[in-house]
Amino acid sequence: MFRHRLMACMLLAAFAGAAAAQTTEQEIQRYRDMLQDDNPAELEELKGAELWKTPRGPNKVSLERCDLGMGPGVVKGAYAHLPRYFADTDKVQDVESRLVTCMVTLQGFPPAEAMRNPFSAPGRPSDKEALVSYIAAQSRGMKMDAPMTHPKEIEAFQVGERLFFRRAGPHDFSCASCHDEKGKRIRLQDLPKLNDPVEARRVFPTWPGYRVSQGAVRTMQHRLFDCYWQMRHPPVGYTSDAITALQVYMAKYANGGDMKAPTVKR
Amino acid sequence: MPDPMRIRASMVGDKVDVKVLMAHEMETGLRKDAKGQAIPAHFIQNVTVTHNGKTVFSAQWGPSISKNPFLHFRFAGGKPGEKVTITWTDNKGEKRSDETTIAGS
Repeated sequence: MFRHRLMACMLLAAFAGAAAAQTTEQEIQRYRDMLQDDNPAELEELKGAELWKTPRGPNKVSLERCDLGMGPGVVKGAYAHLPRYFADTDKVQDVESRLVTCMVTLQGFPPAEAMRNPFSAPGRPSDKEALVSYIAAQSRGMKMDAPMTHPKEIEAFQVGERLFFRRAGPHDFSCASCHDEKGKRIRLQDLPKLNDPVEARRVFPTWPGYRVSQGAVRTMQHRLFDCYWQMRHPPVGYTSDAITALQVYMAKYANGGDMKAPTVKR
Repeated sequence: MPDPMRIRASMVGDKVDVKVLMAHEMETGLRKDAKGQAIPAHFIQNVTVTHNGKTVFSAQWGPSISKNPFLHFRFAGGKPGEKVTITWTDNKGEKRSDETTIAGS
């Protein structure tokens, strides 16, 4: 008798706990939905659209002939198929790496100049953040579909997988320390399991996103740069092959997800 | 010139529903930079919305409005296809004016 009542109490407690957790998540989701209405990333989109058409660099040409993988000048849907292999550079490239290539080959910028200022700071806007916002927005509503057929793409996936699980640094951390298990979170920020198709599809295609806490659009390059900083690993280079490989690794699981970027985030 | 605004205007019932997203730093003047120097105040002071040459909305803003302000309001008397113009002026005298056409509901 007593045991039964105890059981009932425990069951009730467990049930109440689950209900509270659900409403918290629902409330966070409601907050996120409200933010979508006034997404400042749209301002970056407008800026990016202008930059794309503006003749710049020593060659005084625009980026309108830039090949993002769908042919020169095709922006629509390009972001949903990145990262991918490019024959002219013989490399797997993500959107930012490709933008740097175009800025060097088409516009004639010296490579160091094309790589400068990738992440904005107050009073120092970044043309990359604007351009990536514009390019990503042209794939909104499509299905993510990064190709995984070229030997270099398969190699990049394998390198990315090794990097994902490689523990290093003073904290002995890897990406997998946070992102290889379901249901983990830091405070109220849930940590997706990035090699789980359901969670990767939900999260990966929401980048780039406007970070309210930083007042800027942050790209996938910044997200991974920041992850490495948080793990206290040595800084990884902007548009480095390591970052691209990690993106290919995540993209494989995220393929099939709905492109939502640029979004607005905490 | 300051960056463009993003404006959406559509009919909701018999009213025009206007949503405006403005690109502005909205610096309060109270923050300090890495060297400890105060960052000069820079914020939108006046917002005016006109429809057919008539002011339908005007506001005086201060430094407590957030960065990249979002403004949402409704007014009566507009029809689809008509123009709505939004103008802001900031404390440095910079000005930006953008226009949109009212969409159907």
